[in-house]
Amino acid sequence: MSLQQFISQAISPWMKKEGPNSDIVLSSRVRLARNIQDVPFPMLASTESLVSLSDRVKSEYSGHSHHRFGTIELLNTGDMKQNEKRVLVEKHLISPALSDESRAGAVLLSEDESLSVMINEEDHIRIQCLLSGFQLSEALKLANEVDDWLEDKLDFAFDEKRGYLTSCPTNVGTGLRASVMMHLPALVITRQMNRILPAVNQLGLVVRGIYGEGSEAQGNLFQISNQITLGKTEEDIVQDLQSVVLQLIQQERAARKALLEQSRVQMEDRVYRSYGILAYSRTMESKEATKRLSDVRLGIDMGIIKDVSANILNELMILTQPGFLQQYAGEVLSPEQRDQRRATLIRDRLRLETKKDN
Amino acid sequence: MLCQECNERQATLHFTKIINGEKTEIHICDVCAKEKGDHIPGSKGFSIHQLLSGLLDFEQPVSHPTSQGGTSRREALRCPSCEMTYDKFAQIGRFGCADCYKTFQSKLDPIFKRIHSGNVVHGGKVPKRIGKDLHLHKEIEKRKQELQALIAKEEFEQAAELRDRIRSLEKSLAEKKEG
Repeated sequence: MSLQQFISQAISPWMKKEGPNSDIVLSSRVRLARNIQDVPFPMLASTESLVSLSDRVKSEYSGHSHHRFGTIELLNTGDMKQNEKRVLVEKHLISPALSDESRAGAVLLSEDESLSVMINEEDHIRIQCLLSGFQLSEALKLANEVDDWLEDKLDFAFDEKRGYLTSCPTNVGTGLRASVMMHLPALVITRQMNRILPAVNQLGLVVRGIYGEGSEAQGNLFQISNQITLGKTEEDIVQDLQSVVLQLIQQERAARKALLEQSRVQMEDRVYRSYGILAYSRTMESKEATKRLSDVRLGIDMGIIKDVSANILNELMILTQPGFLQQYAGEVLSPEQRDQRRATLIRDRLRLETKKDN
Repeated sequence: MLCQECNERQATLHFTKIINGEKTEIHICDVCAKEKGDHIPGSKGFSIHQLLSGLLDFEQPVSHPTSQGGTSRREALRCPSCEMTYDKFAQIGRFGCADCYKTFQSKLDPIFKRIHSGNVVHGGKVPKRIGKDLHLHKEIEKRKQELQALIAKEEFEQAAELRDRIRSLEKSLAEKKEG
């Protein structure tokens, strides 16, 4: 398979569309947790009843067409190879728990992969809409439509007082988790993140580093999501998150501008060094790859690097994950082999860009 | 500082645990951290539910004597549908089924308040199909109470009218269920 072919298969169609503010917000996601009346939650339900649920969803919805998402297909995790599941996890279409721990786990996927509905994860149903850029309201609208579409044929566990009933008390009420993935390198470089994080937490929002643990966010990527699901309307939850994200966007833009004005040479040096390392390395750990890719993406967004497309960060961040590297190689790889493959893949991908110019 | 597990590598993970005022410090290296896995926050085995259970279990007595003095009131709280006990719920931080919400009803407000900054009542979307039924159920309940009040006051003429109204509501609810 050629690299171009592989990329076009590996990158979800929704990712290729450029969303609003996509220089800072890479993607927006809305998730709704739902359960079926009179069936215990997946943790305690009999395997029989879980199988019957996924079969039911399959017969009612799989192969059917949704007016927004087109044809929807159901995949059973039990029928999939380990690496196929891993690839779906790396694309954020299913969770690691659904891939590895669920009984009778399944996922309904739309063709463009902007919609995935996990069956028998922690809750019976988890609707997820993923859009590129900063499009939280749109994602909520789509998730709501899918919710109505499913509710047409499935009886959801709902209580007048507590709302949608979920396995975990942190999801009860709306069952809504809205989140954005943000690239905030300038706020990290200028050491403003340490000041901003506690403030954001105080507003009932959670900030987490992606592809990293604790406060150390690899690749300067942060996921920001709501914590509270009970007592507010879905629209209010999304709006509260949106207003904080908008402020972060402004702060990040201001920090980038200040960096360019005050330390242009240092920024150019940082960006080009990382570019050079990506373009010529022969082995690279994923941690370094994310860091360098973040620098290059910042360089592109700041106008320092002009001939590389901006979605290279999103693309390579996914493509250089172990599951994808192994899928591309067509075999299981040791960590050392992966590091070599990763370096090769990144070099080849960057070369595609230069070829495009000629 | 050397790792306290293997005493070979440098400790890179420093972790302080304070439980009931008792402080424990752990200093270990990456390798041992991965092996110990479950016990260290941030490692793969540590889940939100374990964190939560700390939050849910605030009724737990500080000392944990191995009492044999019969079943406590807490233990008696058991969901009739899925057999989940409140103790177990507090331990794993997850409900077993929708009915657990009713069974543990009396305990939930303080928990939800903590998790959802003071909120205990849903304020969002109502499912369209089931939602309509809920609305009807609610109205029937209300009318039935009014009916009792009318009978108590011996206002039989109005009571009869109300009874007919309730019947028609119940009929439309039944029709909806069949349709």
